[in-house]
Amino acid sequence: MPDDLLPLMLTGTIETLYMITLSSLMAFLLGFPLGIILVITAPNHIWPLPHLHNALGTVINATRSFPFIILIVVLLPLSRLIVGTTLGATAAVVPLAVGSAPFVARLIENSLKEVERGKIEAAIALGASPLEIVGKVLIPEALASLIRSMTLAVITITSFTATAGAIGAGGLGSLAIRYGYMRYRDDVMIATIVALILLVQGFQWGGNLLARSIDRRRHQFG
Amino acid sequence: MLKVTQLSKTYHTPSGKIKAICDVSFQVKKGDILGIIGFSGAGKSTLVRCLNRLEEPDAGQIVIDGQTITGLQGKPLREARKKIGMIFQQFNLFDSRTVWNNIAFPLEVAGWSREQIKERVATLLSLVGLDDKSDVYPAQLSGGQKQRVGIARALANHPDLLLCDEATSALDPRTTQSILELLQKINQQMGVTIVLITHEMDVVQSICHQVVVMEEGRIVETGAVEAVFRRPSSATLRLFGQQKEPIKANQLTNRADYQEVNSLAG
Repeated sequence: MPDDLLPLMLTGTIETLYMITLSSLMAFLLGFPLGIILVITAPNHIWPLPHLHNALGTVINATRSFPFIILIVVLLPLSRLIVGTTLGATAAVVPLAVGSAPFVARLIENSLKEVERGKIEAAIALGASPLEIVGKVLIPEALASLIRSMTLAVITITSFTATAGAIGAGGLGSLAIRYGYMRYRDDVMIATIVALILLVQGFQWGGNLLARSIDRRRHQFG
Repeated sequence: MLKVTQLSKTYHTPSGKIKAICDVSFQVKKGDILGIIGFSGAGKSTLVRCLNRLEEPDAGQIVIDGQTITGLQGKPLREARKKIGMIFQQFNLFDSRTVWNNIAFPLEVAGWSREQIKERVATLLSLVGLDDKSDVYPAQLSGGQKQRVGIARALANHPDLLLCDEATSALDPRTTQSILELLQKINQQMGVTIVLITHEMDVVQSICHQVVVMEEGRIVETGAVEAVFRRPSSATLRLFGQQKEPIKANQLTNRADYQEVNSLAG
């Protein structure tokens, strides 16, 4: 085994984890409120505002139609503005977060839409305000589904970080391109792929565990 | 206590307008149990859902305890709803909350203190006979138990009026009987006025004081239960009365409800 493999993999994995954590956090902070607004402003929901609902939907669809690599290029000026550079892991967080937020918003929307109409009506009938319905009914009722959605989002962001690595973001994706592809280092290529597989498996396993524990608590018998 | 005047509601669907309720007026005295009976599609569910504005009526007026419910918006509407309990056919309990927390929900929303909530929930749990189910989630309850939680939740904030939207239609006859007895007990002990809708004649006969019969969005018959059932004048009540006997051909119309009854009878 070449002696540079281990240090390369270590920094690559740390950079990737750093990007995933920060971009996921930012994407959730942006996407969560957007998803909630999307749901409750729909016609017949608790805060119907059809114009806002449609406008938001259109913007989200437009952002989601960009191939991710193009979106990164488009958002590079924003990175320079916020982070001061377009290179490195921190610079990549800006396009990663902005690019994933609309996806997160749709996922949140889908999860919250699963909450049965009758439960929302019960809350309305009991005099709950829209804010109380979101906090006390929609989110708690959809919790297991929300966790499954967020697991999916983190995994998608993981694959986005690898793509971002191709154009200067660092991390495992960058290793795969710069060493595995450009320098014919098969060992690096295989190691990065294995590392990414392990990461994705880990996220999925953790998400499933959390979601299942909620389901089990609410639906156990006896 | 409750006064409904010339209430109307039309649904606009792609296939045309449907008059769900049309020019409906009736009154309920404080402490009475009013039964609204009719076949599916008669408009009774729309009517009861208009009373707490889950549905928006197009025209007419609803007055509860001197307060005009129609016309209220935002916070005043929410405050009025806190004094109108409602129970549902599908119970609509919150699966994320234990029995205790389901009953506490309206009290949290109404801004009760933790101590007050504890005391009130304990009282309600024993009222509906579920003291031992306090920490259980709804998924672990039977239908009858779920409806008991629904009733406790609806009564938590001391409502003056309780609306029951087909509250026993998803339950077997024995459980239905026990839920009806509970409603009657609540009515007698707490003086809560009850409006219940049903398609089961037994329900009306066993606990209601007054009855309203609906057909195609209109009230076709109303009055004290004994009087109305002694001399039913509407096709609906006569059909209900004859469900176990063959129906004469001249009583049948093209309406799906009637054909349903016909197939049951035949």
